[in-house]
Amino acid sequence: MSTTLSPNLGANQQKNNLKTGLMAGGLAIAMVGLGFAAVPLYQIFCQVTGFGGTTQRVDAATASSVQTSAAFMNVRFDANHSRALPWEFRPERSVERVAVGARDMSVYIAKNLSDKDVTGTATFNVTPVQAGKYFNKIQCFCFTEQVLKAGQQVRMPVLYYVDPAILTDPDTKDIEEITLSYTFFPVDPEEKES
Amino acid sequence: MTTIAANPSDLHEHDADHKPAFFARWFMSTNHKDIGTLYLIFAIFAGIIGGLISGMMRVELAEPGVQYLGEWASWLSGTEASWNEALHMWNVLITAHGLIMVFFMVMPAIIGGFGNWFVPLMIGAPDMAFPRMNNVSYWLTVVAFIMLLGSTFVPGGTGLGAGTGWTVYAPLSTSGSVGPAVDMAIFSLHLAGAASILGAVNFITTIFNMRAPGMTLHKMPLFVWSVLVTAFLLLLALPVLAAAITMLLTDRNFGTGFFDAAQGGDPVLYQHLFWFFGHPEVYIMILPGFGIVSQIVSTFSRKPVFGYLGMAYAMVAIGVVGFVVWAHHMFTTGMTANVKIYFTAATMVIAVPTGIKIFSWIATMWGGSISFKTPMLWAIGFIFMFTVGGVTGVVLANGGLDDAYHDTYYVVAHFHYVLSLGAVFSLFAGFYYWFGKMSGRMINEFMGQLHFWIFFIGVNVLFFPMHFLGNNGMPRRIPDYNSAYAYWNEIASLGYAIMAVGVVIFFINVFYSLLFGPKAEGNYWGEGATTLEWTLSSPPPFHQFETLPQVK
Repeated sequence: MSTTLSPNLGANQQKNNLKTGLMAGGLAIAMVGLGFAAVPLYQIFCQVTGFGGTTQRVDAATASSVQTSAAFMNVRFDANHSRALPWEFRPERSVERVAVGARDMSVYIAKNLSDKDVTGTATFNVTPVQAGKYFNKIQCFCFTEQVLKAGQQVRMPVLYYVDPAILTDPDTKDIEEITLSYTFFPVDPEEKES
Repeated sequence: MTTIAANPSDLHEHDADHKPAFFARWFMSTNHKDIGTLYLIFAIFAGIIGGLISGMMRVELAEPGVQYLGEWASWLSGTEASWNEALHMWNVLITAHGLIMVFFMVMPAIIGGFGNWFVPLMIGAPDMAFPRMNNVSYWLTVVAFIMLLGSTFVPGGTGLGAGTGWTVYAPLSTSGSVGPAVDMAIFSLHLAGAASILGAVNFITTIFNMRAPGMTLHKMPLFVWSVLVTAFLLLLALPVLAAAITMLLTDRNFGTGFFDAAQGGDPVLYQHLFWFFGHPEVYIMILPGFGIVSQIVSTFSRKPVFGYLGMAYAMVAIGVVGFVVWAHHMFTTGMTANVKIYFTAATMVIAVPTGIKIFSWIATMWGGSISFKTPMLWAIGFIFMFTVGGVTGVVLANGGLDDAYHDTYYVVAHFHYVLSLGAVFSLFAGFYYWFGKMSGRMINEFMGQLHFWIFFIGVNVLFFPMHFLGNNGMPRRIPDYNSAYAYWNEIASLGYAIMAVGVVIFFINVFYSLLFGPKAEGNYWGEGATTLEWTLSSPPPFHQFETLPQVK
């Protein structure tokens, strides 16, 4: 009774079992790997499909080839920041009316209210979420981390356009207003919890 | 172990019924039947705790307002509990009830208990492929359970214990629950998950490699098929949970930001990972029940099961499709219409193989010589109740409707109909069906039927009103409610009391029958019981199938 495998099993059977067992175990380990791989895959998926209102990033060359359409759309600007970030953060104008396909620049204003240099980074998305894949940013303060010196105030531009394809997609053709939202968080993880 | 190997009793190793001494037999067990028994005892014990917790919740919910949570929280911490600590107590209760019933009651009973006992018997194998690993699985589950219970006594943020819900959603489980309780609960899930993965490897190897000569895959009893499909679901789903909760742990303790928006992470990713595991998990809990019910319906109709291959591959189909529907748990996280359409349609597709099973059970009974013994009552009760739960499932599958139903008591009613009245009915059915085979003594038929009817009435009085509460918008996971919901809540709590009486009868029956029940024959159900376990004595010899049976 003290053998690891049942005494009635022949050596051949034990070998086969070990093989099947290792294959099954390998499958489980592969699934753990897939679980962790989901993190970068999910990010790529969101970036490619605009899932969850993820905006697109384009270069200036692509942007200049876009035809401006006759349709207009409201773009609203929303600004939030983490309580752990001692900043003031707001859009210069809360709404702009833009031609679909036309490049537009909008400005956000951030001010460091503390007496220390603080680094922040912004997360972003648009609602309705279906509009994510048509909302193209050419330039954005959210692409990089922002360092604000003590008491410093900066004007941060967003250069964007709404892809005219939004007008033909049945999921998005009824959209009349897109809200672009940013939330600033402190970069130093120590300040995350307080 | 060398001293035991030198034991003269080894000379009797050809005696099929030679058993090791008590400690070696039960604490170092490598015998699939003994481990199955241990699993069943463990699951009953965990079920009592999980059931008592639901009793506490029904007492609190019997009338509007918060009556008892403060007392319980004070009792737990030994100091006067604040209002928030009292409410945290509620979160601890729902978390513990969910985790215990899923990971420490249903899964150990249906896979560890019945799976261990009857998969080797039904395929004509002498034991599981890896008996020692089987033992490791069992004890990991025990340690995991102790870890989870222990988490109740350490700080978990607002109060003592982990109050995250069984889903352990971030950010509540990361930045929202400071203290070791949630770490312990997560670690408990790791251990229980590892135990189940090892068990799944064991079942897959056993079923693929150790079938008796002539027992082809397409001749295997449906219970074995159900465990095989379940083992694959475990193997593919649990590692993803392990990955997700490992990320929770590192987010909590090592400053990573997988689910923290401030660090570029996304809490919704956790929900995707969790439900990629969580949805197959519900099939993990119910598929072996399908298998048990198939055996029982066939036995007591004295007919082979109708549409055997369809039944087997319906389970395979449920398992496969079950992996691509997870986001129907997340309809309100902000999805485009197209994503909702896909997950709605894919979810509804599952009703097709499930319907095949329901209709095949009915067709098996059709024209059969049916005897309504206790196991058959539970099996028919299962079919009836699971269908009710399935219908509300189709309702909830609609992304549009779910916007209204999400996190209401309608959802609670739905998943208790498929689990508390589905999986649990199949457990009781299997228990009454195999009790004689496992213990060697017949269970009392009268008390079994009494248990069935009282339990059946109790759970329906308990859970059916929750449909009305959900339709009226009562949110789940909240201890207090508008007095408009008082009527049906009082009825539901009454239903709990009725159900509890049924459970007491069950325990009286078990102890009475173990002590005074008549000896069970090898095949006490007669000609309808055709699977291999009925060719052996009751209980089977400690080592069965010394010469492998030949299946024609």
